[in-house]
Amino acid sequence: MRNTAATRLLRLVLVAGLATLSVPALGVAQVPYERILDAASEPGNWLTYSGTYGAQRYSTLDQIDRDNVGRLQPAWIYQARSLQKFEVSPLVVDGVMYITEAPSDATALDLRTGRPIWSYRRSLPQGIVTCCGQVNRGVALLDDQVFIGTVDAHLVALDARTGRVRWDVEVADYTLGYSVTVAPLALKDKIIVGISGGEYGIRGFLDAYDPTTGERLWRFWTVPGPGEPGHDTWSGDSWERGGAPTWVTGAYDPELDLLYWGTGNPGPDFIGDVREGDNLYSESLIALDPETGALRWHFQFLPHDIHDYDSTQVPVLLDAELDGDPRKLVVFPNRNGFYYVLDRVTGEFLVGRPFAKQTWALGLDDDGRPIENPETIPSIDGAVVYPDDDGAANWFSPTYSPQTNLIYQNVREKGGVYYLADATYEPGKIYMGASRRVVAGEDPKGFLRALNPLTGDLVWEIAVHAPPWAGLMSTAGGLVFSGTMEGYFFAADARTGDVLWRFQTGGAVYANPITYLSEGRQFVAIAAGNSLVTFALPE
Amino acid sequence: MPGQRSGSVIATPSAMRAIRHRGRGGQAVALRPSAGIIEPSRAFMSPRLDTAPLDVVPGRRPRAGLRPQWRVIAVCALCFALSASVISAQTIDLEQGKRLFESQCGSCHGPLGNGGKGANLAQPRLRRATDDQALSNIIRRGISGTEMPGSPLTPSQVSSIAAYVKTLGRVAPEGIPGDRGRGETLYAGLDCARCHTVGGRGGIVGPGLDDIGVRRSAAHLREALLSPEASVPGGFLQLRVVTRGGGVLTGIRVNEDAFSIQLRDLSGRLHSFWKDELDLIEPQWRRSPMTSYESRLTAEQTDDLVAYLVALKGDGSE
Repeated sequence: MRNTAATRLLRLVLVAGLATLSVPALGVAQVPYERILDAASEPGNWLTYSGTYGAQRYSTLDQIDRDNVGRLQPAWIYQARSLQKFEVSPLVVDGVMYITEAPSDATALDLRTGRPIWSYRRSLPQGIVTCCGQVNRGVALLDDQVFIGTVDAHLVALDARTGRVRWDVEVADYTLGYSVTVAPLALKDKIIVGISGGEYGIRGFLDAYDPTTGERLWRFWTVPGPGEPGHDTWSGDSWERGGAPTWVTGAYDPELDLLYWGTGNPGPDFIGDVREGDNLYSESLIALDPETGALRWHFQFLPHDIHDYDSTQVPVLLDAELDGDPRKLVVFPNRNGFYYVLDRVTGEFLVGRPFAKQTWALGLDDDGRPIENPETIPSIDGAVVYPDDDGAANWFSPTYSPQTNLIYQNVREKGGVYYLADATYEPGKIYMGASRRVVAGEDPKGFLRALNPLTGDLVWEIAVHAPPWAGLMSTAGGLVFSGTMEGYFFAADARTGDVLWRFQTGGAVYANPITYLSEGRQFVAIAAGNSLVTFALPE
Repeated sequence: MPGQRSGSVIATPSAMRAIRHRGRGGQAVALRPSAGIIEPSRAFMSPRLDTAPLDVVPGRRPRAGLRPQWRVIAVCALCFALSASVISAQTIDLEQGKRLFESQCGSCHGPLGNGGKGANLAQPRLRRATDDQALSNIIRRGISGTEMPGSPLTPSQVSSIAAYVKTLGRVAPEGIPGDRGRGETLYAGLDCARCHTVGGRGGIVGPGLDDIGVRRSAAHLREALLSPEASVPGGFLQLRVVTRGGGVLTGIRVNEDAFSIQLRDLSGRLHSFWKDELDLIEPQWRRSPMTSYESRLTAEQTDDLVAYLVALKGDGSE
């Protein structure tokens, strides 16, 4: 026996030695952090949710321009199987497009043909609650892995080559109303994931996970616990169900090493009496140290919100001169109808002015704190407020074009009548406190608006009929792309707002556009209805 | 696999959801080349789905119609609309279950149910069939994204098979002679990881092995090691293509349609061709890039390697 074992060991050593020589490098990185950091230098790919960490959703590709965009035509269409809203922002790298499909599936598509390469299908448990559809807004890529958050509140790492699961960790307990719909954000050595569930009395947070192991590296509670700064902005034990979810992908400034993320409504959404105080850090922009998750600064747009105006929009980073001084800015067209400009180093409030019809605030004071209109507080008899809780903006992305120096935002002008109701907390049950009725006789309106990024002044607008749920993208071809609820995907002159091209996709657009190169040709992609449609100029 | 789609003709959307939502976890779904990645059980339900025929590949055997015995029982298709509660009220006939199992299931799961190409069912707890209802649903509708097809059986036939499958769990587990620890060392020392993944690490030309111990029996794994081409998984197709420029490439088919084909070369690199860019597409059914280990492993080593593979149950557990 001893002999046999020794022989076996010897053979094993020999075989192992040979194998080491012959095995090619396995798990070769596809998207190292450095590529995402430098994403602007490879506009042929779309490596992170908003295109770059600065989240301008602007591409320097210019093959498709004002002169030729009229000839844009569909190239291929991928049909998702879910009938849920298709809210994905695709990512593109090295000939492959990575998308998610509702509820929590991921698919890799061959960029050339639109044909699937692999698909990850998640089996979901019963009893998942989501306020607004079991949706997903996209994946993150880092090295050779694809990361997807799921509506049963897990984070899953997939092998980018095959879709096979590398690891699968629970972010939170879905039976308590937690879910993940946000596209994660990949930083150098962390995957940042936000949480949904602000209508279910959750306690919000933002998490960072180790991309290799799935281990949670830090959690920033957006509702501070006992002993933490800000805890005294919640009366009684209301902080335990304080909401402040983090369900829209933020931005990152690598030079300042600051992570920017918007936070949602306090809970219950419409009843303020049970949670007296400012309710930090709900309705805020938070700036975190990504290494530790420590709060560097915060700006609360809306203390003690009672209108469900989640401040979960995409923060857009831009540098500009303001009053003669070069400033590092973060701008934020807020769901509450105000356009904000903050100093992104310090969080200092610089500018705030309405970009849409709003009645909830009589104005902002010098510090940016709103002066609330008491007539809009939800009541037994019903109170009218503009905008309604779908907001003047929402999760759909704005875009900033350095070429035109304009910021573009899709705008919803629609009011609601809010009738106060009880809100009794039960785990995993709706916890909102009012019902909404339409404003009688109102015809809600939608606009694509171009704003001066430093003042919020309106430069031009396009009326787009129904209030839109589409995100925007601008390009160096002098174009801004958007979609409508009636199924149009269109391109406008980014300087003037003239619509230069449109295509009827047959389904409402609930997604952000992207652009990329395939075999040297520029494509534009958008999810519409249940289709992912790509467009290119005729060859 | 006749009947692969037939079994789903009358599945209701709500019943479908019941399956999809059962249990946790998820999986990378094997593509069904040329039919896209549709779930076969939904193929007849939605006009939006791509239902292109499977036999567009030159050299691939055309799909046969229903086998005679399937035709007979297909008549009962309407019975499927019966609810699960009605099904459970049917008389359970274990003898009938055994007979049906041997004829309908045994070719993959083994006549004794202890696995083969299909999962080993002779265990007390079945990973996917977590309760009676789930077991019946799987027998009727198959498991999407896997080789397990649905079957057009009557409710009483389904419950008979289900009852019989449950008795299999009382059979003593298959003895595996090898040592899994030594097998793991062998796996690492051989070039297995060049083509296979365990725990997400490794090459991707061959099937992932994370849960191979659930999906294949020890006997089947042994056969796969000793004569790989005798046990090529369904849908696994090696091809050789020649481009217009004269370039030759051998790879594994990832997806295919009337006008394009995607394949992975033996280094794992993905290639996508329009067919008019190719002079030749040569399907090599039953061929495998894996060579036999018969002359490279002692009988004892083979036992060890099989023991290691059988212990791979997925979800990181062994």
